[in-house]
Amino acid sequence: MIETVLLWLFAGTALVAACLMLVLRHPMRVALALIATMLSLAGVYALLGVHVIAIFQVLIYVGAVMVFMVYAIMLLDVRDRSFVRRFSPLLVPGVLATVVLLGILALALWRTLPAPGVAGTAGQVFSLQRFSVTFLNEFWLHFEIVSVLLVAAVVAALAVLEIGRRYRG
Amino acid sequence: MDNVQFLIAISVALFALGLLGVIVRRNVLIMLMCMELMLNGVNLSLVTFAQQTASAAGAVLVFLVFVVATTEVAIAIPIVLLLVRRKDALDLDAYADLKG
Repeated sequence: MIETVLLWLFAGTALVAACLMLVLRHPMRVALALIATMLSLAGVYALLGVHVIAIFQVLIYVGAVMVFMVYAIMLLDVRDRSFVRRFSPLLVPGVLATVVLLGILALALWRTLPAPGVAGTAGQVFSLQRFSVTFLNEFWLHFEIVSVLLVAAVVAALAVLEIGRRYRG
Repeated sequence: MDNVQFLIAISVALFALGLLGVIVRRNVLIMLMCMELMLNGVNLSLVTFAQQTASAAGAVLVFLVFVVATTEVAIAIPIVLLLVRRKDALDLDAYADLKG
C-alpha cells in the first residue's frame, strides 16, 4: 500500500516538475525542475525494484549530465530575447499538435496494453549480477558500438574545440 | 488503474511535454534539457515494460540510452558555447542563417 502511494507521489512530482520546465523563465530554474524530475524518476525505478538503474540515474544523469548543464548555464548568462519572450511563435500549433499526439498515443496504448495483474516478479530479476551477465553475454555488440560512439564523441568535442580556437585566432 | 498503465501514461506525458518544450521554447539550452526529458520518458517506459516482462534487456537498453544522452550533451554544449560566442545570443532565431 505504502509503495503504491509513494509510486504515485514520485510519478506525480516528476510530471509536475516536467510541466514547470515549460513555463519557467530562467534556464537555471528549468535545470532544477529537470533535476527534480530525474530524482523522482529514480525514486520510481527504486520502487519498481530496478535499483541498478535508479543508482545510474542519480549518478550519471543528475551527477554528470545535469552538473555539466548547470555549469554551461552559469557560464552563459545571456539575457537576450529568449529571456524576455519565452515562447516561440509555434506555441499554439505546438500545443495543438502535442494534444493530438497525446490523444493518439493514449488511444494506441489503451488498446494494446496487457490487462492488469500480469506483472512479472520484480526484485530478484534486476540484481546487478543478472544485469551484468546479460549485458556482457547478449549485448556485447551494443557495448562495443557504444564504446565506438564514445570515441567519436571525444573526437567531435576536440574538433569543436579546434574550430573555436581557429575562430578566436 | 493498474500501476503499469499509470507509469506508461506518465512516460507518454513526459515524452510529449519534452517534445512540446523543444517546439515552443526559444532558449537553446532549455531545448537541450527538454530533449533530456524526452529521453527520460522513454527510459521510464523501457523500465516499466522490462519489469513487467521480467527481462533484463530493458535495463540494458536504459543503460545504453544513458550513454547516448551523455554523449549528446558532451557534444551539444560545446557547439552551443561556440554559437553563443559567435552570435552572443541563446535565442534560436539568432541562428536562422544556419538554415541550408
